[in-house]
Amino acid sequence: MQTFVTDLLCIGAGLAGERVAIEAAGAGFDAICLSIVPARRSHSSAAQGGMQAALGNSVMGEGDSPDVHFMDTVKGSDWGCDQEVARIFCDNAPIAMRQMAHWGVPWNRVVAGKSFYYKGGERFEKYEKPEKEGLITARAFGGTAKWRTCYTSDGTGHTVLYTMDNRAAQLGVAVHDKTEMVSLIHDGGRCMGAVARCLKTGELRVYLAKATVIAAGGFGRVYRESTNAVICDGGAHAAVLDTGVVPLGNMEAVQFHPTGIVPTYILVTEGCRGDGGTLLDVNQERFMHIYEPDKAELASRDVVSRWMMHHIRQGKGVQSPYGQHLWLDIRHLGEEHIRVKLREVDEICQNFLGVDPVHSLIPVKPVQHYSMGGVRTDKDGAAYGLAGLFSAGEAACWDMHGFNRLGGNSLAETVVAGGVIGSKIVEYLKGASAQYSTAVVADRVARDQERIRRLTAGADGDEDVYKVRAAMQDALQDGVHIFRNQGGLERAVATLQEVHARARRIGLKSDGVGANPELALALKLPGQVRLALCVAYGALMRTESRGSHAREDFPERNDRDWLTRTLATWKNPGDDLPTLDYEPATRTFEIPPGERGYGGGKIIPMDGAAQPGKEN
Amino acid sequence: MDRTLKFNIFRYNPVAQGSAPRMETFVLPEIPSMTLFIALNQIREEQDPSLQFDFCCRAGICGACGMLINGRPGLACKTKTRDLPDEITLLPLPVFKLVGDLSVDTGSWFREMYARVGSWIHSDKEFDPQAEEERMDNALANEIYELERCVECGCCVAGCGTARMRRDFLGAVALNRIARFALDPRDQRTDRDYFEIIGDDNGIFGCMGLLGCEDVCPKELPLQDQLGFLRRKMGLTAIRRFLPGAK
Ligand SMILES: Cc1cc2nc3c(=O)[nH]c(=O)nc-3n(C[C@H](O)[C@H](O)[C@H](O)COP(=O)(O)OP(=O)(O)OC[C@H]3O[C@@H](n4cnc5c(N)ncnc54)[C@H](O)[C@@H]3O)c2cc1C
Ligand code: SF4
Ligand code: SF4
Ligand code: FES
Repeated sequence: MQTFVTDLLCIGAGLAGERVAIEAAGAGFDAICLSIVPARRSHSSAAQGGMQAALGNSVMGEGDSPDVHFMDTVKGSDWGCDQEVARIFCDNAPIAMRQMAHWGVPWNRVVAGKSFYYKGGERFEKYEKPEKEGLITARAFGGTAKWRTCYTSDGTGHTVLYTMDNRAAQLGVAVHDKTEMVSLIHDGGRCMGAVARCLKTGELRVYLAKATVIAAGGFGRVYRESTNAVICDGGAHAAVLDTGVVPLGNMEAVQFHPTGIVPTYILVTEGCRGDGGTLLDVNQERFMHIYEPDKAELASRDVVSRWMMHHIRQGKGVQSPYGQHLWLDIRHLGEEHIRVKLREVDEICQNFLGVDPVHSLIPVKPVQHYSMGGVRTDKDGAAYGLAGLFSAGEAACWDMHGFNRLGGNSLAETVVAGGVIGSKIVEYLKGASAQYSTAVVADRVARDQERIRRLTAGADGDEDVYKVRAAMQDALQDGVHIFRNQGGLERAVATLQEVHARARRIGLKSDGVGANPELALALKLPGQVRLALCVAYGALMRTESRGSHAREDFPERNDRDWLTRTLATWKNPGDDLPTLDYEPATRTFEIPPGERGYGGGKIIPMDGAAQPGKEN
Repeated sequence: MDRTLKFNIFRYNPVAQGSAPRMETFVLPEIPSMTLFIALNQIREEQDPSLQFDFCCRAGICGACGMLINGRPGLACKTKTRDLPDEITLLPLPVFKLVGDLSVDTGSWFREMYARVGSWIHSDKEFDPQAEEERMDNALANEIYELERCVECGCCVAGCGTARMRRDFLGAVALNRIARFALDPRDQRTDRDYFEIIGDDNGIFGCMGLLGCEDVCPKELPLQDQLGFLRRKMGLTAIRRFLPGAK
């Protein structure tokens, strides 16, 4: 068996993984990133809109500062975030943007003088100051007080990832692509690396590392309808959960994006609404201003998604063979704006819908988009439960997003957290010595080989892996979506428990030889179902509404009982539910819990009197 | 609509003993808004779970799904079946190493390319976290972005006669990469430096200018302009190299 030994092993070569690796390589350590796809195809490349940092160069960002950004982030999180972490993020974001500029990102820049912008379909004028000409500019995004979102046309994730991977290539970071982690090697106290499967040959490999970082992105594909790439399936999270000792944080905190196109659920960027795009109903009338007079289409995502579903439930949805949807209208932005500034959107509409957004409406509906939850870490990025294990990026619950992350904050998180956590890992590596146990490694490999043997031989049954996956996706889609309630959640949990039993009886239909895709899925599916159970069970137990977690039967945000973070651990392999623990959402309060200023909803204050029948 | 589609798909698993390259046929009823992403997944899930192919973003932005579609390199995820005849032949991209069936190893090819062209900003300036960023004209930023839009799908390489004949030919994607850095004032490399990388038959002087590349680029990059620009620039650099005292 091929064995690689390195200082740092990153599971993931997206923005977060590579940023961490660059920090380590820059300090003279060996770094290897594993990735299912070539680094630049990682899902970071799909982010179109931009990333938030309080540079305040545009006239529309005047008066901005990390403090204002912090305020927006905490409010956006519905006070679910760790405020210490949000502070680290906001303070470092402007520096990270300048560093990316230094490394080569072609950020859009301030152009002095008069220009126009649209808000809520109306045209406004602005004057950019000559002394700011040529500095990094910004655009508007939902849930922010200032224009703070740095961008490159609408290929921000693409250019930032290309620049990051260029830097990684320059520093000699090794990227092993078409390589998928299948399990973590650990002894219950220390992580020693991972077992991975080569997706070119199907062979297993061992990676031994002093520090291992989970930077595997989101897990949206456990849902049926998601904006995420097909590789964002939670396989790495499942491996973490299977350690039995590392908890996943706030798995019930799932973000839905207001504008996935129907029927492929490809995302069209929030930038559309930031630039003045509007949402229309079946009568081609605007409605967001009715629910949110102040922010209208630009309220935070969870709020917009919820009102859209509400409006559809009021009978204002547009019927289609793929279910009901609403319209996104950007026609009034004009041909030049759409073809140049929103080019990727233009292409998506033309190529996948056959619709020209200059002349036609775009069919949209809210779909799964972002995973706030993930591998729970402390503020240095160290995972709970295992020494030598870290996590960064969307895969992590570092926790600056709480129950709702702001658009533009996660791409920024990847580079900021990658840098901050990378430097903490460098400190860790300086003090760490290689401690590998051959017995532990051999045992882990033997168990993975045995799983493969049993799947290939059909030793546990002949359940069809694709059918089991569809059953899992449907259960979440039907029971753990935008609006949640006890009955639906209980059904989802029960269904997922049945699906879990079926997942243990999967047998391959094909021979499993080489880079066999059926085997790849079969290896991770039982773990994916356990993830889905963490999402559903966490949502069932959280009897309040906060951010994206909207309980119809518990509509209040309950700061008295639920100013907490859920920690889900899968204690024993034979369990069919996770073990849930809770910790305070934040240890320090710079801003005490209060009103978000949008989204409505009642709040049960921290010191509020207990309400009968509403105890957790 | 109501068509039945016949897919002729290249099959070969180099790792399996006894596997030989061959074509296999699959039949599917066409459905509304069907793309090759939808069709291939349906074939895998319902007919042959061993079928190998690569998709990632399924939105035409990551470049993972390049293949030969009825002989022409293109992105499978953004190919609608309604734009194709009833019979669809799918082959893996040539030039790149075959992984199996329709899946090829683009990653290794591209990482080697980054090293050959030095695909990063070459600068001796240190980053100063306290300093304001260096200014840049927005129009220039847009020009750089225009060239940086390449998604490294490999279609231009697969569509290039020179690249198919000569393994060491850099191909339009690498030449475009050089053009991108040559445009960027942050990169301190000179024309002489670029000449060292592309000033031979494996680079710009090996290009026949027939533009198979630009025709197939799914991002519609202005490859023709860039190749022409580099040819002139490198031609001049070649002449200057023989002038004494010139840079
Ligand atoms: C369509 C879309 C648009 C978005 N737009 C924006 C935006 O405008 N602004 C914003 O702030 N955020 C945006 N986001 C969110 C943001 O893009 C992501 O949160 C962020 O890019 C995640 O980066 P990452 O490095 O954590 O993970 P990713 O970039 O997803 O990288 C994950 C890496 O892990 C690897 N991996 C996964 N599993 C395994 C495994 N088992 N073994 C080995 N490797 C593995 C993958 O191959 C990949 O290299 C968007 C998200 C989507 C879906
Ligand atoms: S012009 Fe022709 S030879 Fe030159 S890179 Fe393009 S396809 Fe290849
Ligand atoms: S230049 Fe075009 S065809 Fe070539 S790799 Fe880039 S995107 Fe693909
Ligand atoms: S899957 Fe990403 S371009 Fe086709």
